[in-house]
Amino acid sequence: MVKLKQISVFLENKSGRLSELSKVLGEHNINIRALSIADTEDFGILRLIVNDPEKAWKVLKERGFTVSETRIIAVEIPDAPGGLASVLEILEAHAINIEYIYAFVGQREGNAVVVFRVEDIDNAVKILQEKGFHLLDGDEIY
Amino acid sequence: MHLIWNLEYESMSRPRLAELQLKRLREVVDRVYARVPYYRQKMEEAGIKPEDIRSLDDLAHLPFTTKEDLRENYPFGLFAVPMEEVVRIHASSGTTGKMTVVGYTRNDIKIWAQVMARTLACAGGTANDRIQVAYGYGLFTGGLGVHYGAEMMGATVIPISGGNTKRQIQIMKDFATTILACTPSYALYLAEGAAEEGIDPKELPLRAGIFGAEPWSENMRKEIEEKLGITAIDIYGLSEVIGPGVASECLEQNGLHVFEDHFLVEVVDPETGKPLPPGEKGEVVFTTLTKEAFPVIRYRTRDISILYPEPCACGRTMTRMHRILGRTDDMLIIRGVNVFPSQIENALLEIGETEPHYMLVVDRQQQLDELEVWVEVSEELFSDEVRKMEHLENRIRQKIESTLGIGVRVKLVEPKTIPRSEGKAKRVVDRRDIYGS
Repeated sequence: MVKLKQISVFLENKSGRLSELSKVLGEHNINIRALSIADTEDFGILRLIVNDPEKAWKVLKERGFTVSETRIIAVEIPDAPGGLASVLEILEAHAINIEYIYAFVGQREGNAVVVFRVEDIDNAVKILQEKGFHLLDGDEIY
Repeated sequence: MHLIWNLEYESMSRPRLAELQLKRLREVVDRVYARVPYYRQKMEEAGIKPEDIRSLDDLAHLPFTTKEDLRENYPFGLFAVPMEEVVRIHASSGTTGKMTVVGYTRNDIKIWAQVMARTLACAGGTANDRIQVAYGYGLFTGGLGVHYGAEMMGATVIPISGGNTKRQIQIMKDFATTILACTPSYALYLAEGAAEEGIDPKELPLRAGIFGAEPWSENMRKEIEEKLGITAIDIYGLSEVIGPGVASECLEQNGLHVFEDHFLVEVVDPETGKPLPPGEKGEVVFTTLTKEAFPVIRYRTRDISILYPEPCACGRTMTRMHRILGRTDDMLIIRGVNVFPSQIENALLEIGETEPHYMLVVDRQQQLDELEVWVEVSEELFSDEVRKMEHLENRIRQKIESTLGIGVRVKLVEPKTIPRSEGKAKRVVDRRDIYGS
């Protein structure tokens, strides 16, 4: 399964919220693999890839956070100049709209991982795999 | 002593006034019983007939009229004359989506102009004055109400309406305005605007202001008087009764004279509805004695005040009402506009919030009221894309703005962050010190 589960959380821009959230996850033995925050003047949206998305979703909800689950893909690219461009070119050529991306350093030496949230995820998976890109599987992430 | 506009009525002896009020009360009760089915039905349910009104004390037997009654009869259900006799409509915001609509006959407009001319005379106004009407013109009664009164008095009217502060100041200076009519908070805003333009308002010919449409405090009066170098007069009115011109302070600045030959005033216990004796604090209730198109019987204003029947040094015998001390409901007045939390709730329901949790935070920044609406983000509304969340914020803002008719700021907040007390959410945080507590 390469369509990975991402947990998104609505956070107000006020001190202590992020630390509270990470504490909740820590207490429940949930490990954060990657994260990004998009913020505006008033609020932020925290996106997380964790080792146990179902449990994360449940415990965060129990603690009163507004949580949603989104499917994303994590593409392995060479950790070298031009690495990201090679993926973007392909997506652009196939008119696949990207909602947002963020990156983290890969587990394998010399590689980085870029998370893509795209409109047409099935199509993106198909095209990138055809072009020989490695999309991280649930087993590699969770 | 200054001019009293209708000396005969405004200084009438109390017994003669009571006689006149009773005569007019019986007439208006007869009229609504005969012409407005809703009033007739309510009187029948209360087991009272027009002929049961034999003294002013019998007023207490008549059923109250509330804002909900007005809503049920939207738009023209409580009019007591055929539409061909109605020459004007005004409206104010209701508790939910529907506005409160009122109508006037030609004679009502004349009476309104009379009571507004009295109000201007209360502030020392004469035909020599230039009156800058910075209340909004339109469905709101403020602008046109003052306008007709000023014209009747023979003063020079400057019908500039609300907004455009720079132009207000320019005109105030160039046209040598002597009396300003606007909300008290806008008066302070103008004072600051003038200072920014390098104009000292104290050096302008402006000498008085009639300020109303929102509650204000004695401290605010001092501030306005100091900054503008004028006498600040508190005026009172509501569209359901007539608009501005229901009551006004005189130059004694010690309570607002209610124009009782047209508006019968009571103060009642808001819980029990029982009339309270003079000097006791309660909800103000009005019965219109002369209005034709839209008479109201015992209309519950939800405003809290106290009545003082003692004679006033100005020579008027009309009862004085303390400046408004509060509200019995959760209505807010923001930049002169009535705002009910229920209107916000309705707007959120229309956006698709099934169980909206929200809070209104009102503050006064640089003399202007700011309304911030906090909305808890429910799971149904949440998207992990910033663009969509900003779009949501805009949609909520536009919906609320079109409902209220004033600008607001919307702030999305996390669930369960709005304090809930005894299961019922706390809907309003008012950081303005409007009643001067």
